[in-house]
Amino acid sequence: MAINWFKYSAPSSFYALAGKLIPWFAWPAGVLTLAGLYIGFFVAPTDAVQSEAYRIIFIHVPASILSMFIYLVMAGYAALGLIFNTRLSSMMATALAPSGALMAFISLWTGALWGKPMWGTWWVWDARLTSELILLFLYLGFISLQASIEDPRRADRAGALLAIVGSVNVPIIYFSVQWWNTLHQGATMKLTGTSMHIAMQQAMFTMFFALWMYVIAIALSRVRSIILEREKNSQWVAELKEVGQ
Amino acid sequence: MNSMTIFGLVRLVIGRDVKLAMRRRADVLTILIFFVMIVSLFPLAVGSEVDLLRKMAPGVVWVAALLSSMLSLGRMFSADYLDGTLEQMLLVPQSFSMLVLSKIAAHWLMSGVPLVLIAPILGLQFDMPVESLLVLVVALLLGTPVLSMIGAVGAALTLGLRGGGVLVSLLVLPLCIPVLIFGTSAVSAITEGTNPLPNLALLGAILLGSVVFSPWVAAQALKISME
Amino acid sequence: MLEVVNLACSRGEHQLFSGLSFTVKPGELLRVEGANGRGKTTLLRALCGIMMPVSGSVKWQGKDISELAEAYCRDLLYLGHLNAIKDELNALENMQISCSLAGMPANDAELVAAIRRIGLKGRETFPVKSLSQGQRRRVALSRLLLSNARLWILDEPLAALDTGAVRLIQDIIHEHLVKGGMVIYTTHQSLNVEGVDARSLVLT
Repeated sequence: MAINWFKYSAPSSFYALAGKLIPWFAWPAGVLTLAGLYIGFFVAPTDAVQSEAYRIIFIHVPASILSMFIYLVMAGYAALGLIFNTRLSSMMATALAPSGALMAFISLWTGALWGKPMWGTWWVWDARLTSELILLFLYLGFISLQASIEDPRRADRAGALLAIVGSVNVPIIYFSVQWWNTLHQGATMKLTGTSMHIAMQQAMFTMFFALWMYVIAIALSRVRSIILEREKNSQWVAELKEVGQ
Repeated sequence: MNSMTIFGLVRLVIGRDVKLAMRRRADVLTILIFFVMIVSLFPLAVGSEVDLLRKMAPGVVWVAALLSSMLSLGRMFSADYLDGTLEQMLLVPQSFSMLVLSKIAAHWLMSGVPLVLIAPILGLQFDMPVESLLVLVVALLLGTPVLSMIGAVGAALTLGLRGGGVLVSLLVLPLCIPVLIFGTSAVSAITEGTNPLPNLALLGAILLGSVVFSPWVAAQALKISME
Repeated sequence: MLEVVNLACSRGEHQLFSGLSFTVKPGELLRVEGANGRGKTTLLRALCGIMMPVSGSVKWQGKDISELAEAYCRDLLYLGHLNAIKDELNALENMQISCSLAGMPANDAELVAAIRRIGLKGRETFPVKSLSQGQRRRVALSRLLLSNARLWILDEPLAALDTGAVRLIQDIIHEHLVKGGMVIYTTHQSLNVEGVDARSLVLT
């Protein structure tokens, strides 16, 4: 099966392709979420140490992993757009940023919810939580930089440079936060301490894929809006059924 | 034909920027006063208990240095951008990255060095012992150039944008966290009687890395922003 | 020789011009015309390499300017509609710095001579702050007198100048063209340079 991928690097054809792809990701996202929550709440056994409160990890862990993963993917797309001047990759980067920020936010929020019963406090300056907070700041910086530049070409390229600088800095930041944490003897979040029950693993993986599918679906629909906005003066947009009069 | 060496360019640009800054001494002084004020506000806010102050001192000085350097970033490129000089600098028949590095160096001389010089006096306000003050100065000497360099990238990206001043802090502050951590840890280490060298070495490594990469990145950012 | 092949530029999402091709040979004067907002400044900036064109290329002596980079900058003098002079410095200091940056350092005597010829005798060491708009433009234009660049790209060189200064600029451009230089400029006033090959390019 030979698909001409380059055909889809043009915004007009990708717009149509994305429209067709969205249901293929949105439905699995919904089904997997239900399945994951069911396993997480009803099948997975109660933890011996943490009792019921531990169940928040079924959202917390997938969200944290995704928030970091999305940043790398976003920086990758942005770099492609900067180096090869492909507008679609830059648009993908812009479309991914809010989802990444959302994942970082969910991860922080659920971390706090988990911390309250575990440590008796909403927030602990734990290395991982702190890094996640800085990651959220990096996302917010990227989003606000792009939002304050009116010329889309400059916005794409400036954002790309920032994302690349950010992704180079993330390991340094992570290392420095670890360093700081060991110096100050802070609490460490141990979620995957003893051997995990098989149902726990299943719930975590299911939720991970559910969130992943959700992010793809939402990013595709966001990129469709961005394409429409950028190309609003072009012929093919005017001919679209859904644009109408 | 007269051609300029790289060294000549560096000297020329630093000389020019320092001269310009000296004609507007008030700007340099404002940053310094801001720094002193921020540091002096802390005892008023948290109380004058000497043990607490001594423990907080490195963090307070570093955070204040970070904020003051954010404040001065606006001037790094925007004046030259507004009067067209930056455009001419793009057309200088020499490496643009080196020119940017020179501008960063000049910025550090005018905003970073005064902070380093005045920091020990502020440290005395917090009853810091002499060896801690020494480490603080060394850490600031290694760290403030990095703040100027990371800041240059942010200033270049936000060149000419509305609300650029706040935006630049939003972009730059998270990236400055490693400097903050190693800088304060070095001083805490000596106060607690351990070796501050690993922290200083890490700061030095970050400084070297920034010298290599940040002028080039800032130069690219300026090119993007000036189109 | 400057060669422009199939150049297209846009501002934001808005296309300014496309398919633009022309050449400028030694001794030629090219005036870029067009109503406001047609992309005159954008074209000049693209010719300097400050602005990346959407498509097409600009070649200097047969090579693309993006490959030549610094070598091209050595042959180029660009005067934007901003004067690129510092209010805090005086005319002499401004010229010292901008000439050295352009890679053609001049001694004080040469600089003073240039500033005098441009009509600022007695104001060499006045802070630029205290000069009028026209006088500031003259400071910026005095770079032309000290330049050994072959290609001059001038954006509205006559803005804010009085008739005497316009005549002087005409003479300076004439001298440059006779020596085999090239000039590309935009203007809303008329500039009559005698005995040279003058052409116009109209952006619509």
